[in-house]
Amino acid sequence: MQFMLLFSRQGKLRLQKWYVAHPDKAKKKITRELITTILARKPKMSSFLEWRDLKIVYKRYASLYFCCAIDQEDNELLTLEVIHRYVELLDKYFGSVCELDIIFNFEKAYFMLDELVVGGEVCETSKKNVLKAIAAQDLLQEDEAVEGALREIGLY
Amino acid sequence: MSSIKQVINEAVEKDYTAEQREILNPYSKKGLLPEQVRQPNPIRLRDLIRQIRSAKTAAEERSVVNKECAAIRLTFREEDSVWRCRNVAKLLYIHMLGYPAHFGQMECLKLIASPRFTDKRIGYLGAMLLLDERQDVHLLITNSLKNDLKSPTQFVQGLALCTLAAIASPEMARDLADEVERLLKSSNAYIRKKAAICAVRIMSKVPELLEMFLPATRNLLSEKNHGVLITGITLITSMCVQSPDTLDHFKKTVGNLVRILKNLVMAGYSPEHDVQGVSDPFLQVKVLKLLRILGRGDGQASETMNDILAQVATNTEATKNVGNAILYETVLSIMDIQSETGLRVLAVNILGRFLLNVDKNIKYVALHTLLKVVHQDNQAVQRHRTTILECLKDADITIRRRAMELCFALINPSNVRTMMKELISFLETAETEFKAVCSSKCVTAAEQFSPNTRWHIDTLLKVIIAAGNSVPDDVVACTIQLIAESGEAEQQYAVAELWQRLSAAPLDTQPLLQVATWVCGEFANFLSLVGGGVSEGEVVAVYQRILWSSQCSAVTKQYAITSSMKLASRMPGTNSLVAQMVSAYGSHLNVELQQRGVEYTQLFTRYDSMRGPLLERMPPFERSRLRVSQDAAAANAAAAAAAAPLANGLHNNNNNDAVAAVQAPSQSDSNALLDLLGGLDDSANDVPVQVKSAPLPPAGTGSLNSDILDLLGGLGGGGGGDSGGTLISRTVNNGGILDTGLGSASNNLLDDLLNNSSSNLNNSTLANNTINSTNSLPVSTLPSSDEYGSLTIYERNNLRLVMTFQRQDSLTTITLTATNSSTSCNITDFLFQAAVPKSLQLQLLTPSSTSLAPAASLTQFIRVNNPNKAVLRMKLRLSWFADGVKIEDQNEVNNFPPALWQY
Repeated sequence: MQFMLLFSRQGKLRLQKWYVAHPDKAKKKITRELITTILARKPKMSSFLEWRDLKIVYKRYASLYFCCAIDQEDNELLTLEVIHRYVELLDKYFGSVCELDIIFNFEKAYFMLDELVVGGEVCETSKKNVLKAIAAQDLLQEDEAVEGALREIGLY
Repeated sequence: MSSIKQVINEAVEKDYTAEQREILNPYSKKGLLPEQVRQPNPIRLRDLIRQIRSAKTAAEERSVVNKECAAIRLTFREEDSVWRCRNVAKLLYIHMLGYPAHFGQMECLKLIASPRFTDKRIGYLGAMLLLDERQDVHLLITNSLKNDLKSPTQFVQGLALCTLAAIASPEMARDLADEVERLLKSSNAYIRKKAAICAVRIMSKVPELLEMFLPATRNLLSEKNHGVLITGITLITSMCVQSPDTLDHFKKTVGNLVRILKNLVMAGYSPEHDVQGVSDPFLQVKVLKLLRILGRGDGQASETMNDILAQVATNTEATKNVGNAILYETVLSIMDIQSETGLRVLAVNILGRFLLNVDKNIKYVALHTLLKVVHQDNQAVQRHRTTILECLKDADITIRRRAMELCFALINPSNVRTMMKELISFLETAETEFKAVCSSKCVTAAEQFSPNTRWHIDTLLKVIIAAGNSVPDDVVACTIQLIAESGEAEQQYAVAELWQRLSAAPLDTQPLLQVATWVCGEFANFLSLVGGGVSEGEVVAVYQRILWSSQCSAVTKQYAITSSMKLASRMPGTNSLVAQMVSAYGSHLNVELQQRGVEYTQLFTRYDSMRGPLLERMPPFERSRLRVSQDAAAANAAAAAAAAPLANGLHNNNNNDAVAAVQAPSQSDSNALLDLLGGLDDSANDVPVQVKSAPLPPAGTGSLNSDILDLLGGLGGGGGGDSGGTLISRTVNNGGILDTGLGSASNNLLDDLLNNSSSNLNNSTLANNTINSTNSLPVSTLPSSDEYGSLTIYERNNLRLVMTFQRQDSLTTITLTATNSSTSCNITDFLFQAAVPKSLQLQLLTPSSTSLAPAASLTQFIRVNNPNKAVLRMKLRLSWFADGVKIEDQNEVNNFPPALWQY
């Protein structure tokens, strides 16, 4: 996978993950171009686009579009499954996830993606393991927060 | 001064935002931290997001963001570490909205260096978003990464690995490869799987580090943990792709992989890895892909995997997307390895089932894959022809495009009639973006498989009518050529058909008008046989309609005006009317048309006696020569433009015009012989390079300023076969069909007039494209040499360029071979441009072609003169159309064999 974008039906970017380096300007151009192209497509069309020398796989979940750019030799049907897996994970984590969850907790959405996909490759196929890793890391953060609060009032 | 202003502004802004924050942030912890009282706490991320979202206009949003950015900058400057994490998080949100956030880069690095996990988590996230491998802050991040890779907390290690895998640059890869290799052997699965992906990234950045990871892969395939297994297979796959030696090394793992796959397929339900009844599809697909790479071109390995592939192909549930994803991957593997015939049929049938699926995605994938395999197994694919034709009517444009390509691949002599019928009706309703490609392909297919000439002509005319103005020029040329070389009966038929079109056609479809005017003019003698016979008045009326219309393009009018001349000589009754029309063009705004108008008027007045012979029926063109000339025309610009500096050196006079002339051969589309001779009239402006560089004999040179007759006379008198050759072949080179036609016509004419052997007139087509026609290389006799080895200078976007070298003293001749490495994409208008350092001279000769079918190659000779023995370097600029989509690229070649200049 070369990059992944999440954007709303209004064309607002909600998440972007780049696994191949591009200058900022190019990223913006690519994002704009893809958002316009995908939003213009009708619901009856396939989820695939040929774009430059990449294949674009996208899928809409409620008001959010999930869009991945993959290489020519990658499996586009499986990429749909990767997207679906990501949505399932977000759903489990937030509890019936909606666009607002991702807007207000975008960093959490990134953390989740980083446990599922690393460097553009799927690195964990078990939902349980991903959620476990996220929960453990959240716990670490909570501990630090409690510790910080305690220190502030002089109890630690 | 400005900085003072800035400080004041920021101070004002700070106060303002602080005030606003008080109102908007009911949960402000201001009271909690006494030492912070002087400064209000930064607004929380959530509140910022809420604020931004409540902005009603873009301007309002911008002002909220700008204020916040100013506040964030200020706290950054104060080196405040308490709120750094919150501020960077806000900055990341602002960055996602498209605002600049580069000033947060250093803060991310500081967060990464913090001991708190919360800080690190946001810091690494920021690093992945704000930095990429181009940034020069890498040294700093490399140190932090190195520390964190050694951290006792697995999640800190995990963050570092994840970041490294996303943004590693070659330098980082080198510096951290050892650490990653160590972690690849870690006992912790969570770390091992991430390290494997890191290794993939490191290898892709620095290929020579591949071997260092080789020992660690040994145990990866016997893993139980699916995360480690899938990343391990990813690592091995990328090793195999990168190095053929490693590929051989991993051949022995085929058995292991088969076992892994078998376990997945046969295993019962395992809730952890189940996806809608399929056991770990992600892993299955990875294994299938690696099997494909290992089995490609290896009979023994293919043999080992035959059974399991058949098993997967038959046992996978095809009702859900996930099952189809696996089937799709299986089909790709079956078709790629040396599998049994039965298995291949099974694979194509799976694709046939896909085609019938209601899911567009599955349909698309089927068409895409069928297109890849159609060349291997045409018969099996033919069976699904009707379904494929149905897909031409699909609502989805991508599906239609794939279906169209596949249809063309399926055409054979026995089905050409029905297929072409379907494709032409597709062409009629197709989007403009399809029309050009589709009509070109129709023409190629018709040429290849036409059962007879009548059908062929009919088809081409239908294509031109259906595609309207989207018809590419070469289709017009092909049609004209076909009609010109067919028998009289066919010509008569074509005239009848086209006359009907011409007299009734709307004037906005240029290609049809061009073909029609050419044919009706050239074969005007058949017009009297059309229907009840066409009267001279009717014909002239039609021509007038075209020539006076504002809807017709200049090119169409050029066709029409030349055609009307032919008409006048075939139907003498139209003479006066045509003469009137033509002379009116003597003052046309378009220079081409004006010139034609003036020249043709001369043919009616002073040189009336020459008009008949000049406008004789053209002899049928020789096909092969035409091809060369067409290709040469397109490539001419490239070769000539790149070699222009040489030309400048050779001919200091008029060099601007020379460049202009060679760069725009397409504009000189209808360069008839007359035009060229006319051009010679005002030799100061418009002399083509070829003419200048050719050694004109004195008689010829003397005639530069004289008119047609004088020049012809000069040729006759001065024994100027040589310069005549140059002139004619230039006409051929710049070749629209019209030119070639007139070129050959006048060729005959010269024969007649001068009684001069013209055998050498056309044989120097290639030679004349070079600037120095005197010392041009006899291209065909150039021996290939591998004394210097070959050099692959470009391999991207389905295009591979390889150079081989031959040197004679300071002159190096480079043979450039361009290969289209794709299986389905057609390359057209391939243009190769090159530049060398100043002390060297470069000359690009005409390429053998400018278009490349899938897997086809072309060659182009490049000559480099290097008298100073300087180091040879070359900058390249490439452009071409891949299935109509323009691709441009640049490259620099610095690794030429040194023996080319060290001798």
